[in-house]
Amino acid sequence: MRVLAISGSLRRDSNNTALLRALREEAPAGVEVEVWDGLKGIPPYDVDDDLVPGPPKVEAFRTLVREADAIFFATPEYNSSIPGALKNALDWASRPIAANAFRNKPVAVIGSSAGAFGGVWAAAELRKVLAAMGARVTEVELVVGHAHDKLDEVGELADDDIRDELREALDLLLAEAEPAVAVA
Amino acid sequence: MSTIEQQATGTFAADPVHSHVGFEVPYAVATFSGEVPEFTASLVDGHLEGSAKIQSLRLKDENLQAHVLSPEFFDAERHPVLTFSGDLARDGDKATIDGEITIKGITHPATLTGTIVGPTLDHFGATRIGLTLETVVDRTAFDIKWNMPLPSGEPALGNEVTLKADLTLVAQEA
Repeated sequence: MRVLAISGSLRRDSNNTALLRALREEAPAGVEVEVWDGLKGIPPYDVDDDLVPGPPKVEAFRTLVREADAIFFATPEYNSSIPGALKNALDWASRPIAANAFRNKPVAVIGSSAGAFGGVWAAAELRKVLAAMGARVTEVELVVGHAHDKLDEVGELADDDIRDELREALDLLLAEAEPAVAVA
Repeated sequence: MSTIEQQATGTFAADPVHSHVGFEVPYAVATFSGEVPEFTASLVDGHLEGSAKIQSLRLKDENLQAHVLSPEFFDAERHPVLTFSGDLARDGDKATIDGEITIKGITHPATLTGTIVGPTLDHFGATRIGLTLETVVDRTAFDIKWNMPLPSGEPALGNEVTLKADLTLVAQEA
């Protein structure tokens, strides 16, 4: 089982990216979590550039999504919503709409922020966008407030309760990603 | 006064070319309808069994079709078939079928009502029964909850969906 982990933050010392590194450490045997580092390279979405094939970095992103069994997002919240870079990457990935790489793909969304609410509105917005794209949105609802206080001096997650919650979130996602029972 | 008339005994199967299965739902200012062309139905001694392949749903826009087949609506990948089974009760030309309907893997009781014609011989000598049936279901009970607010604040899509089946059933040789 292969899980692509996508952080909505570009910041080098991002809390969200740290959560995804911790997720990678907590993954059970047989589950590979790849933390994607290509978000900053995705160009701004432009219909004029939306050709077949698309820009190389966009096509590489679409391929990563298609080849993953599930996608795990961790997003900060900017102005009560999704960071523009993340939304931009999803807008690229959502094309063509009817056959986009996220269609039927199991996804989980968590959020974290320096504030008390942990990016709960951004996470909700992200779930809405992913559902509209046709993804299989799981009921994971983990948000981590005051996230910078949960990291150690080298920027790694140092909170066992949150590690437990990350494992539970990953378990939920993996259960959703189990191959569907064929119905005749 | 009601009377029990001709009994639909024996085995009948839907003639798919002359049958239709679909739905209607209020959307914004009008009614939106869709057809599910791939289905089977049989009536055996008054027991109706039907199944429809939701993946065969055909809408007039491929993106809308993909959305309606997505996990947010029917989740056709995981739940490709809708089923109904129930027992026919007849009162003259009125038909009532109490049974169960399964949509998106969720089963609820449902009563189909409508009309019945036949059994009667057709112009090729086959025995046919016509059933025109419908029922109204609350789509949210089947985990189909998508909506968007109109500027008025009212939801764009109704929750009450009318499921319709116009079936021509042909007697099968024993």
